Amino acid sequence: MSDMTINLKIWRQKNTNDSGHFEDYILAGVNEHMSFLEMLDVLNEKLIKEGNDPVEFDYDCREGICGSCNMVINGKAHGPKHKTAACQLHMRTYSDGDTIVIEPPRAGAFPVIKDLVVDRTALDRIIEAGGYISVKTGAAPEANLIPVEQDVSNQAFDYATCIGCGACVAACPNSSASLFTASKLSHLNRLPQGRPERSKRTIAMVEQMEKEGFGDCSNYAECEAVCPVGISISSIAEMRREYMKAIF
Amino acid sequence: MNLDPKIPSGPLESKWSTYLRDVKLVSPNNKRKYKIIVVGTGLAGASAAASLAELGYNVLTFCIQDSARRAHSIAAQGGINAAKNYQNDGDSVWRLFYDTIKGGDYRSREANVYRLAENSNHIIDQAVAQGVPFGREYGGLLDNRSFGGAQVSRTFYSRGQTGQQLLLGAYQAMMKEVHSGKIQDFPRQEMLDLVIIDGKARGIITRNLVTGEIQKWEADAVVLCTGGYGNVFYLSTNAKNSNATAAWRCHKRGAVFANPCFVQIHPTCIPVSGDYQSKLTLMSESLRNDGRVWVPRNKGDKRPPNEIPEDERYYYLEERYPSFGNLVPRDVASRSAKLVTDEGLGVGETGLAVYLDFRDAIKRDSREVIEAKYGNLFDMYQNITDENPYEIPMRIFPAVHYTMGGLWVDYDLMSNIPGLFVAGEANYSDHGANRLGASALMQGLSDGYFIIPYTIGDYFAREKLEKISTGHEAFSEAADSVSKLLDKLLVIKGDKTIIEFHRELGKIMWDKVGISRSKEGLESAIVEIRKLRDEFWQNVRVPGDKNYYNKYLEFAFRVADYFELAELMAIDALDRNESCGCHLRDEYQTAEGEAIRNDKDYAFVSAYEFLGVNGKLETKLHKESLNFEFVELKQRSYK
Repeated sequence: MSDMTINLKIWRQKNTNDSGHFEDYILAGVNEHMSFLEMLDVLNEKLIKEGNDPVEFDYDCREGICGSCNMVINGKAHGPKHKTAACQLHMRTYSDGDTIVIEPPRAGAFPVIKDLVVDRTALDRIIEAGGYISVKTGAAPEANLIPVEQDVSNQAFDYATCIGCGACVAACPNSSASLFTASKLSHLNRLPQGRPERSKRTIAMVEQMEKEGFGDCSNYAECEAVCPVGISISSIAEMRREYMKAIF
Repeated sequence: MNLDPKIPSGPLESKWSTYLRDVKLVSPNNKRKYKIIVVGTGLAGASAAASLAELGYNVLTFCIQDSARRAHSIAAQGGINAAKNYQNDGDSVWRLFYDTIKGGDYRSREANVYRLAENSNHIIDQAVAQGVPFGREYGGLLDNRSFGGAQVSRTFYSRGQTGQQLLLGAYQAMMKEVHSGKIQDFPRQEMLDLVIIDGKARGIITRNLVTGEIQKWEADAVVLCTGGYGNVFYLSTNAKNSNATAAWRCHKRGAVFANPCFVQIHPTCIPVSGDYQSKLTLMSESLRNDGRVWVPRNKGDKRPPNEIPEDERYYYLEERYPSFGNLVPRDVASRSAKLVTDEGLGVGETGLAVYLDFRDAIKRDSREVIEAKYGNLFDMYQNITDENPYEIPMRIFPAVHYTMGGLWVDYDLMSNIPGLFVAGEANYSDHGANRLGASALMQGLSDGYFIIPYTIGDYFAREKLEKISTGHEAFSEAADSVSKLLDKLLVIKGDKTIIEFHRELGKIMWDKVGISRSKEGLESAIVEIRKLRDEFWQNVRVPGDKNYYNKYLEFAFRVADYFELAELMAIDALDRNESCGCHLRDEYQTAEGEAIRNDKDYAFVSAYEFLGVNGKLETKLHKESLNFEFVELKQRSYK
């Protein structure tokens, strides 16, 4: 395939207080094997050479595991491909002449820092509230002392695989962090090691989520649809059950 | 300079227990008087911060990412070694120690490596108690897989995301202490200098990456856990923001840098596809358990791989190394891939790739079994290359992955600057000239959970630390020098971008300081690096300003440091007139391409002292000799 020309419409915002706007760019010479973020690198090289400010966006591992990237592409968090983070998206998904709209994940709890970069420390504070098992270094018993059923361990992994990108929040009409919070609860609460603290953990994390200004869940399931690692919303049902049990 | 490794005396098996018996303690009500800075929140940093805070110290953590959970340890796929011997296949602490020291080609300290093997079992206990969902057998007990360089199955794993799960365990332990108030966590802060007062590390200078503000932080000790320097090569499996600046700044303040030329080139990565490429993606070494590596036997065989009959396939690892086969250590696998592609047998458009084929494993075990083991890795491969590895063999090629070199540390993991501790990939310690698979996670966590918390207390108990504040002139001197350097980068306004310079530097490094090195190549690399560095300072274009979020300014600062570190790597490679582990000098190999080590002249840790940069890097080489009391130095053989 020959190189493509792509029309880009990108959100530019100087800082948190700036109101922000979309800006249009035409980028020629886009190769189908480029990753989506490499396409933005190429755009930035061009902008820098022309004496303009490059587009700021968060990224690090570029292999879909660190959860840094979280841009919203044509209205969809992480773009069009199912179970694929923005950094794993390749330009072969697009055709010559396509227009691509890129904006930050929008949520009251995620203030914009610059362009596509947002502040997601609210998610850290939810983990801080109780997303752990309280074991001190050195206090652990022999690893095979407590067997864990293979199925249970596998299910725990399916929830623990959350990369903390915040796409679930961006996709949710309520800007809820329910999938993020529930995935951690479903991971830890189902393991024998995590049981002693399950009620306390559930209450603490759910209440912190509320305090951070995230909305509640109304079962739209948009979060599951955009989750780059395919976390199931059954975790949210588990979270509610656990929460109801815990407060009574 | 006296580089005393301070190894406890006595038999190997009791060195660490002797140390722990004699270690000086800080009483609980005194611990709360100490403040410790931990820079970097990967496995080493997060585990150290959590453990130190649990003990009662006041801890400040810093990371460049927007959350501590995103440090690059998260991307480690395959697993973590431990000597549990759950498989009853003859494993032991001794065997893990022996495999690691042999795998490192006898260029690491016996005492450190033995302690690492001893700690390995505690790490698994700790991780399981934290809720890390390791792979399990039907009976609910922990499962293991095999990894390169070992003949036992000792690798614990969480599908292909072991690093992620271990890091989240450590991060959660850290957040527990943020909750308790013992840790103050500062994301999006980059350490740009070390502050030394009265010869001791007493603080750091950071740039707040959101506001651009230069900030001063004082403490009683600094623990550097900032990872390796693989990104000197531009293309590597490291995350884009992984960098050497914090370590290099410590080096410029007097910390000696050890074995800079020991760089691991990982054999199984997805090959380069074009010049826009920004990074390389690793395919876990665990794939070599079931995948068979081959190239066509005949040069120029352009048939699709599945049409090449069995007798025209060259399974070069199985043929050359029958006892280890596809599970030879990483350095051997990478070098072999280079040898066959140099002979013109490489595959794919560029000819710089070999096949990793699962056809026989799928036939033997079924597609479902292979999918259960490696599903996410296969998906990752297909997503990047647009080819289905269940049907077409993967194309792989070596890529820069890990750096065994790093800041020199003694047995306490303290650098030659008192109060500056270095843990994880950032230090030189346990992997010698080559790291075995599944041992980086082990080392990071051993350092952070089980070593630093003891050794730092010993330091506090022995040293009298004066009360200081950030008002001290050493802080303003360091902060001013950082600001000046940022200004200097911003005013050049040249024609070439930072990435263009970095890519050019990376090419010099890959071609001449990469998988194989020669005297001639290294000498020309040094000249080219100096020339390009001069050009960088004349002609780089750094966009924007320093008083707000500016990722390209961050990169410019890091690339400026890579230009100096790159020269040191080449100098060290040139000095080491032998081949060992990942360091292959063309002049020192057998006719079959096997490394020839020179134990008589080179059984030492090279440790460089920074003297200055004046057109060229001025440096002084110190040597810590490696004394092998417990193992016999042998030519490594995996045949």
